[in-house]
Amino acid sequence: MPTLAVWKFASCDGCQLTLLDCEDELLTLAEQVQIAAFAEASSAMVAGPYDVSLVEGSITTASDAQRIREIRSQSTVLVAIGACATAGGIQALRNFADVDEFASVVYARPDYIQTLATSTPASEHVTVDYELRGCPIDRGQLLETLAALLVGRKPRLPAATVCTECKRAGVTCVTVAEGIACLGPVTHAGCGALCPRHHRGCYGCFGPMATPNMGAMIPLLHRDGMSGGDVDRVFGTFNVTQFEAERNKAERNEA
Amino acid sequence: MTDSARGSASGAARTLRVGALTRVEGEGALHVEVRNGVPEIIEFNIYEPPRFFEAFLRGRMYTEPPDLTARICGICPVAYQTSACNAIEDACGVTLDPELVALRRLLYCGEWIHSHALHIYLLHAPDFLGAPDVITVARDHRAAVERGLALKKAGNRLQELVGGRSIHPVNVRVGGFYSVPTRADLKPMAEQLRRALDDALATVEWVAGFEFPDLTIDAELLALTGDRYPMEGGAIARSDGPAFGVAEFSDHVRETHVPHSTALHATLDGHQHLTGPLARYALNHELLSPLAREAAAAAGLGAECRNPFRSIIVRAVEVVYAVQEALRIIEDYERPARPYLEVEPRPGVGHGVSEAPRGLLYHRYEIDESGRIGAALIVPPTSQNQAAIEADLARVVLAGEALDDAALTTLCERAIRNYDPCISCATHFLTLRVDRR
Repeated sequence: MPTLAVWKFASCDGCQLTLLDCEDELLTLAEQVQIAAFAEASSAMVAGPYDVSLVEGSITTASDAQRIREIRSQSTVLVAIGACATAGGIQALRNFADVDEFASVVYARPDYIQTLATSTPASEHVTVDYELRGCPIDRGQLLETLAALLVGRKPRLPAATVCTECKRAGVTCVTVAEGIACLGPVTHAGCGALCPRHHRGCYGCFGPMATPNMGAMIPLLHRDGMSGGDVDRVFGTFNVTQFEAERNKAERNEA
Repeated sequence: MTDSARGSASGAARTLRVGALTRVEGEGALHVEVRNGVPEIIEFNIYEPPRFFEAFLRGRMYTEPPDLTARICGICPVAYQTSACNAIEDACGVTLDPELVALRRLLYCGEWIHSHALHIYLLHAPDFLGAPDVITVARDHRAAVERGLALKKAGNRLQELVGGRSIHPVNVRVGGFYSVPTRADLKPMAEQLRRALDDALATVEWVAGFEFPDLTIDAELLALTGDRYPMEGGAIARSDGPAFGVAEFSDHVRETHVPHSTALHATLDGHQHLTGPLARYALNHELLSPLAREAAAAAGLGAECRNPFRSIIVRAVEVVYAVQEALRIIEDYERPARPYLEVEPRPGVGHGVSEAPRGLLYHRYEIDESGRIGAALIVPPTSQNQAAIEADLARVVLAGEALDDAALTTLCERAIRNYDPCISCATHFLTLRVDRR
């Protein structure tokens, strides 16, 4: 039986929880794969190598930077799950600040704290085979990925935008109809257009799609009422590293 | 996971080690040193790496904490969103329409059902059945596990219905919601909840049949209270001292930093205290529904329960209550006239509390006239419970002198799991290492 391992780095546990949230599929899945390592769910731990490793969380300590390399060497396929593992997560806001100052704000004894100055995705340390975007990941995309790997094909993970998901679902565009600022045109698909369905503009929790037109997006956000600071903040959340990189790219293109 | 165990029950000094605690949310460890049967060092280590939420919240807008702080915990994001909203609405002097508060409570019921079912069936029950995980439990108790998963699913569907998503709901905002369901939207949910009520009652009966080691906690109990069993808000109640206002929380509950942990230890007026299901039940059991009270009595619970191993029964009783409460809210539901109140910023400090599944969660924000956050303080339940957990471990190690190292290590891990610790939350939490000398 193929083996599945689930690993945690700096994170909220929400993405690995998504596996346990597959209530209808969990017992069937456990008949198809051996869950060999999954500390949040099991006290039993089988030594590697593993056929598939799911990696949640970002790399923020020297020991974790070493651990991700060990996991890679033990895994045939490595799938990074969620914004922390694919982009560094919200804790990557430290990359744009002084981490020592951050530690001094939170901890009475920052000298007890060992942390790196940056929060980085798995792909900055090791080769990653597949990435599931999102904060958190989508349950359907996780099941698709596991099912695909079980039968030996590539998972179908469309690199389109939230906008395309909205159109397919027949959700009225919140921007066109009501002038609500929405990151749908530049945000990676996968959530099923959750926010627009709830009368809210997309806030980018799946990060940028492959080729986002940031140069066209930002003026629209200003038009729909966002200040410069608002724009910085809305891109400065769970996928801050990737959105920042795309904004820098767009600025270079304009220059 | 036991990395190594050495020494023996007969020796004066011995050593046990566990590398990384399992079936808890987040990363932690334990260090115990025993000499001549007396535990000398008990350290519940939290090595989950810090993420610095309170630091990067500075300079953000007052509208952002519900989305940002949800990411502290994937299991109890609604608790974070709710305490954050309560604090900011307090700072801005806004009181929500009762219909919106009811909807917030309905969403919270979903989180309690989901989180408690997860802990009861997937994380905690394997301890009582001698299994490493729920998959193994399912081999002999398939129907029970399927019932647990159905119950958990009902909680998740409720969160999706009201919050848009079960993990990090998208529909919550300061002042209320982005959109509010119609009565017709909620109706099919009531059908699923009626089935969940049967499952919840069967759960109480199932867990009441487990065998519980003896252990009695003496920590002071801290929980919210109010007109109803506390969930989305309330006033602070405690078992021993005089109650205090939410705004005085940080005068009484203080966090200190200990070298063995990336979590902060909190104490209540300088003493160890306990928050969570045992505290909520002891201080509020008369507020439970008649059916939940009847289930509690049939399961052998009195007016209070101070054995943490039996917390699984209290959680199951709380699930009965949460399911009934969700049904009541749906039955009484009037669609709010507006999905949210406009909340204008004003300079000041706001305090917010709510009862996360694992205990009282406090948020405090300072905001300026433009709505920018100057300072944020978040006191999660697990950092409040950490000292009580360490005290339990000392008792377990003392009482467990006759056990061999492997059995004692297992019992220590169970003593920690009793609290459904949320380590990601507390980091600002666990590996088990016991040195007996």
